[in-house]
Amino acid sequence: MTAAQTSAGPGAAVLADVPRFAPHMRLSFDKARSRWVVLGPERLFVPDEIAAEILRRCDGTTSVAAIVDALAADYDAAHGEIAGDVVALIGELRERGVLVS
Amino acid sequence: MIAPSSSPPPPLALLAEVTHRCPMRCVYCSNPLELVAASGELEEADWLRVLSEAAELGILQVHFSGGEPLARQDLPRLIAHAAREGLYTNLITSGIGLDAALGCRLADAGLEHVQLSVQDTEATGVDRIGGFQGALAHKRRAADAIAAAGLAMTLNAVIHRGNAERIDAFVSLALALGARRLEVAHVQYYGWGLINRAWLMPTIDQLRAVSARVEAARAQHKGALVIDYVIPDYYARLPKSCMGGWGRRFMVVDPAGRALPCHAATTIPDLHFTNVRDASIAETWEHAPAFNAFRGTAWMAEPCRSCDRRELDWGGCRCQALALTGDAAATDPACHKSPHHRAMVELATREASAPPAAAAGDVTYRGSRRRRPRPPAAATSRKAEETCSGF
Ligand code: SF4
Ligand code: SF4
Repeated sequence: MTAAQTSAGPGAAVLADVPRFAPHMRLSFDKARSRWVVLGPERLFVPDEIAAEILRRCDGTTSVAAIVDALAADYDAAHGEIAGDVVALIGELRERGVLVS
Repeated sequence: MIAPSSSPPPPLALLAEVTHRCPMRCVYCSNPLELVAASGELEEADWLRVLSEAAELGILQVHFSGGEPLARQDLPRLIAHAAREGLYTNLITSGIGLDAALGCRLADAGLEHVQLSVQDTEATGVDRIGGFQGALAHKRRAADAIAAAGLAMTLNAVIHRGNAERIDAFVSLALALGARRLEVAHVQYYGWGLINRAWLMPTIDQLRAVSARVEAARAQHKGALVIDYVIPDYYARLPKSCMGGWGRRFMVVDPAGRALPCHAATTIPDLHFTNVRDASIAETWEHAPAFNAFRGTAWMAEPCRSCDRRELDWGGCRCQALALTGDAAATDPACHKSPHHRAMVELATREASAPPAAAAGDVTYRGSRRRRPRPPAAATSRKAEETCSGF
């Protein structure tokens, strides 16, 4: 489905993708437990801190490349490393039906 | 029955059983045998308050179920309120009465997901289970309305002896109707399903075949269709973690406003249920005796008490333990460590091997007996009991 599943590095096509949540999935802040959660029918994922940072930016207008740029700036980290994480996570969540693009 | 000392973590989901009214009369309906009459249902204002209190307590998802939730005219307003409170909203429906206009109203209200139930892939099978003529055509129209409104849909396929051969057809139907998810769930034997068990129980060979078809379909449609699968407890080796543990994840509010730890909890004698008309959701969750009765592990006897799975499955289902052993605090007989396990498997094997016609005369449609006494005028409107033949 995406380059993330077939190669380790992000391909240009993936970086140009604009991920958004599938219509029945939603990222939500769980005030009672002070954490982000992904809500869907009969399921609930609790993303870790980095995953939550990525998912908060999956708004249907921001490209994968722009998400990588933003995170690299925020975390003062190497572009390549961040890009690998972002592409892997987005690929996995697409396969699980959480994200579409 | 010792109450936990610290306050329990808040529940994740509310099952809002807004009505027991339903145009269908499924022989496996999990509603209680004593159905709540329309006149006994909570008012809209009560539901609005319940939804707000649920969100306040930390509940994240609300499942509107029933009965047929669409039987309530105020359902779009309840959904809109839940959405405003930030709750994830899911509608569990038979699809009867869901036309394009209503689909749009539900989507506009903020509904996020619909679970549409199908009793069979063949029209006659659907009618036979649901006691309603032409139901499959209604469901197809409902699926179209759901798709046209842009709502995401899961198809709920309920599996029993009479339709276990049609797993591939259910998968094709799910794809044709535009579902992203298919739930293949064997009948669970509560409520009307328990009294009709002999008519519904699959054979062990059917169960194996269904499991194999589900595996094959999962592989074949990976990425296009997510398939969730629930096996019947009677042939299991370990119990399921019923409701994710008693008083841990779910609160059910029934049409009359009773707050229940699971939808079959009213079958357990001596449990006292508070009503949302009298007590808040938070108070009920923390202090209601019914929620504390089987919360945690302190109530357990052996073999659960010393078992290393006790915090994984929480001893299984209390209502099933009661139904099959007479003791709600016993280990769920679905567990191989229960002294009643063998008897449970033997019962299933015996019932499943009976020729279908022999049991058919005993089938009881939901709502067709053990009704609350009704005034004589109303009682003449429907036959007391109907039987089903040719199954
Ligand atoms: S199981 Fe059948 S009768 Fe029961 S609520 Fe669902 S559609 Fe109605
Ligand atoms: S003994 Fe009790 S806790 Fe252990 S697996 Fe069986 S039901 Fe679960």
